[in-house]
Amino acid sequence: MIVRAFLALMVMLATPMVQAQGFAGLGEEVQGFAMPDPGYRMQFPRDHGAHPDFRIEWWYVTANLTDADGNAYGIQWTLFRSAIEPGGGEGWQSPQVWMGNAALTTRERHYAAQKFGRGDTGSAGVIASPFDAWIDDWQFTAPEGPEVGATLMAGGEGFSYALNLTARGGVVLQGDQGYSVKSANGQASHYYSMPFFEVTGQIVVDGRTVKVRGKAWMDREWSSQPLDSDQTGWDWFSLYFADGARMMAFQLRGDDDKGAFLSGTWIGPDGASNPIGPDAITLSPMESSDVAGRSIPTTWRLQYPEGGVDIITRPLNRQSWMDTLFPYWEGPITFDGSHAGQGYLEMTGYPAR
Amino acid sequence: MGVILGVLASHWWRQPAQFITLISGLAVATALWTGVQAINQEARTSYDQAARILSGPAMANLTSPAGTMPLSVYARLRRAGVAAIPVIEGRLGSGQHDIRILAYDFLSLPPPDAPGQVDDDPATLFRDGDIVFASPETARKIRAEGWVARVIETPRLLQDQVVMDIALGEEMLDMYGRLSRIMIPPDAADQARRIATQLTLVMPEQATDIAALTRSFHLNLTAFGFLAFAVGLFIVHGTIGLAFEQRRGVFRTLRALGTSSRRLAVCLTAELLTLALGAGIIGILLGYLIAAALLPGVAATLGNLYGASVGDTLEFRWQWAASGLGIAVAGTLAASAGALRRVSTLPPLRLHNPQAWMARARADFRFQSVGALLLGGVAILSYFFGSGLIWGFVLLAAVLLAAALVLPRLLLLLVDAMGRTDRGPVWGWFWADTRQQMSGLSLALMALLLALAANLGVGTMVSSFRATFIGWLDQRLASELYVDTHVPGQGAEVRAFIEAEGLTVLPIIDAMSTVNTVPTQIYGVADHATYRDNWPILSALPRPWDVVHSGQGALINEQMANRIGLAPGDRLDIAPGWQGVVAGVYSDYGNPAGQAILGIAAHKVLFPDVPETRFGVRIPPDQVDGLRDRLMIAFDLDADNFTNQAEIKAFSIGVFDRTFAVSAALNVLTLGIAALAILTSLLTLATFRLPQIAPVWALGLTRRELARFEILRSLILTVFTFVAAVPVGLGMAWILLNVVNVQAFGWRLPMQLFPMDWLRLLLFAMVAAIAAAILPMRRLRRTAPADFLKVFANDR
Repeated sequence: MIVRAFLALMVMLATPMVQAQGFAGLGEEVQGFAMPDPGYRMQFPRDHGAHPDFRIEWWYVTANLTDADGNAYGIQWTLFRSAIEPGGGEGWQSPQVWMGNAALTTRERHYAAQKFGRGDTGSAGVIASPFDAWIDDWQFTAPEGPEVGATLMAGGEGFSYALNLTARGGVVLQGDQGYSVKSANGQASHYYSMPFFEVTGQIVVDGRTVKVRGKAWMDREWSSQPLDSDQTGWDWFSLYFADGARMMAFQLRGDDDKGAFLSGTWIGPDGASNPIGPDAITLSPMESSDVAGRSIPTTWRLQYPEGGVDIITRPLNRQSWMDTLFPYWEGPITFDGSHAGQGYLEMTGYPAR
Repeated sequence: MGVILGVLASHWWRQPAQFITLISGLAVATALWTGVQAINQEARTSYDQAARILSGPAMANLTSPAGTMPLSVYARLRRAGVAAIPVIEGRLGSGQHDIRILAYDFLSLPPPDAPGQVDDDPATLFRDGDIVFASPETARKIRAEGWVARVIETPRLLQDQVVMDIALGEEMLDMYGRLSRIMIPPDAADQARRIATQLTLVMPEQATDIAALTRSFHLNLTAFGFLAFAVGLFIVHGTIGLAFEQRRGVFRTLRALGTSSRRLAVCLTAELLTLALGAGIIGILLGYLIAAALLPGVAATLGNLYGASVGDTLEFRWQWAASGLGIAVAGTLAASAGALRRVSTLPPLRLHNPQAWMARARADFRFQSVGALLLGGVAILSYFFGSGLIWGFVLLAAVLLAAALVLPRLLLLLVDAMGRTDRGPVWGWFWADTRQQMSGLSLALMALLLALAANLGVGTMVSSFRATFIGWLDQRLASELYVDTHVPGQGAEVRAFIEAEGLTVLPIIDAMSTVNTVPTQIYGVADHATYRDNWPILSALPRPWDVVHSGQGALINEQMANRIGLAPGDRLDIAPGWQGVVAGVYSDYGNPAGQAILGIAAHKVLFPDVPETRFGVRIPPDQVDGLRDRLMIAFDLDADNFTNQAEIKAFSIGVFDRTFAVSAALNVLTLGIAALAILTSLLTLATFRLPQIAPVWALGLTRRELARFEILRSLILTVFTFVAAVPVGLGMAWILLNVVNVQAFGWRLPMQLFPMDWLRLLLFAMVAAIAAAILPMRRLRRTAPADFLKVFANDR
């Protein structure tokens, strides 16, 4: 697998690994790709589809699920698009590379799988309308548009899931009209979410089929250089509050002397969004766990004084490790404190010891 | 204790040649053993790794009757969850400069390992596109033609094969949007069949368990390692025996001075262990070098024979190093057990007399004959009652060792017979002296016999295999050019076109039928000398082709004959409406399925709907290209429609020869050890032959004449040994072909004799014998007359 990892790595990276900057090379200088534009206004369904002139893009769904006995689960469905150079090309000649990650987390175990696809060969891709995103037999399909609902399917060794998503709210633009700033130097991405899906369906864990229900959140982001060169990784939270409100918060960790860049969005139960500035949130790691030879903060304190939020988040499974090409931590969390609820946490760029 | 050890060690100080003999014998023996172990382990580790990689060795393949298929099939398979790997293949260039391109998606299957070359700048591999993998020779070739930016040298690749990413391959072969084939994991075969209904799914020929498949190959290597080690032990045994004998005076003195026999034995054991460890370490280092040199060849062999991928860089692993050291120590102790026992039971006051050693060695011959008889018994039992590969090797080992043990006795008989021919006193002395030396040389000669027999045996097997393989190629490709129009209607026109040029056209038609519930391919071939002269028939009725073309019989392949249990003359039902006899059985290597051949007339009656689209064309080889060009223009055909016999044959034989390169290398190494054994034996004998030669010299033979006799003796004994080795080697080849190979491959190969190879081996052995005799001879020629005289000064 080493060779394969190497290979895919160099596909994803614009320069050799030694020079890669930031997590997964996302902090590199790029040439020829389109750059995020603060004046861009998103249109749907167009922007559900791919933006091949940008270097990196993803379709990201996470869901917090429970079964009839009250056991909690989390699933992840991700399709990454990464371009070696901008634009298209037919079949194998296309510079676009697709990578899919899927995971299922239980209290005891974390299952993860990965798939690759190339260019314009039909094995992976995204169509804006009728919406269809796929890699091999993993699918995220919404014939009437994700604003109505979607189906989500994936699986790997030891797990699979097939879920129906029903939209209870529409698109939420992150940052300033979907222009999400990532660093003090102005690195940015186009970013929107759909945080109001209700989920029913079934999961299969080690051959056992379980009926589940819950909530799902879709993230869509595209950019060409989303990280500043000295940013090493991020911690990203999606939170469901008991009253129906949602919150997204992230920090991009920089060099020690420079500190982190924080940002977030408060989303009311009605879908009205309110950007949260860099100084309005604090994220403090409370407790670290040994995960895959790294020390990773799995318990966090999140403070957003303007919204009266001061909560502690805990993971369903501390070992929610995605042992994929670009390894990272991603798993369902619960929180309590000033508010109670659940959500998802993603942490990248923690170095191995 | 320290003093005793010092005294014992002083012997080696005075006899450096003996010391070097002992150390080098042990080191070389250990080296070959260790080298083979290292190769085996490296290969097994690679299998483990390979098993973990998706690629697996044995993939099913989706192919299209049309030659290529649209990319959309690949997408359909992928979207159904089949881990399909797309492949584009083709040739670039023409004639001798043909390059075979193998392009696949590097993202779903890693490119070939090219140690240390990919890692330095991985990004360029995929992104720049113009990166290809090729064997060093092919790399030179394509660099010279200047058609790619960067070639990564990968020794494991076949010659004239270039591996590249599918995006580049598509471009170079102009196959945009098309695929040559799609590799499918065998467990997804049913699913793939349902999805790609228009395509043909070819299952891998062998089961996927590489470990089981390659077991026989590794057993072969291990047997070679053992053989080399046994040859080495002959050297060690001889040297240690001699060293003990020469130090008998020392032992006696030590005992007389009050050293207990027990303590003496302990000291000797300690000495031996030290020597064994030292030589073992040298041997392991040498073994590493041998293995590193042979591994690329082994990797190629395993890749070609079994499709198993093995890396060609060697890692140092403690397992084989430890096994090498262990066998060095165990071997030394085993080789010296007899000598040690004698020392510990030695009456302290027995006179020191080197002649006694000779006398006792003669008594050993009787012991050896008994051993040979016992081993013969083992051989007979394992042949008749053993089954499985292991017993095949037991049989082989027993026959070889028995032959080796019988050899000294046989040589004595010969020498005695020669001695009785009256050719004057000098020759009388020569034969008597040779007889005298036999005991000292017998171990070295046994080693030589083993090496020669192994060489003959393995050589005969490989050559028989090669001859059979070429025969099989001739069968498949008896015609110089094959044309396949693919389009039914075109067949007749193409045939007429070629016949108009005055050439012989041999139509080939085939159909599927079910024989004994087994799907069988039924061919129809024309009645022509091409078949009568070339077809490699294993067993047959008299005039089998007459039977076939009279419509009363069919030829079947070996696999079918074995599966159904048919022999020539048996009844055979091929299809409703045809009954006949098995006219003969032919070899059909590499084909897992059953096959039968009918006369074309009978075939047409049975399968009237099969169109004639394929033809063999008999044409002088230098006119092949011309005809091909004319057909291409006249019928709008392309390269896919033609198969050139010469190209395919050269390519296949190249693969074959690389496959058995390792056997050849090991053969040379064992023979080298045997030469070393002769050299060391002659060297050690020379040191105490002075008393025997001195009287002859005193009687008037010059040193020059004496030296010439030494060379002559070495040559005569080598030739005698060679003569004895021929039947042993042939026996070994017979066992390899009829017992071991049947177990390992499932094929019984006809044995063929290659006397020219024997002659070459004989010459090689004679050169080795002369080389081995030259050093002692030079020493003899330089011996000062005073030294000869000293012999008499000390005479009692």
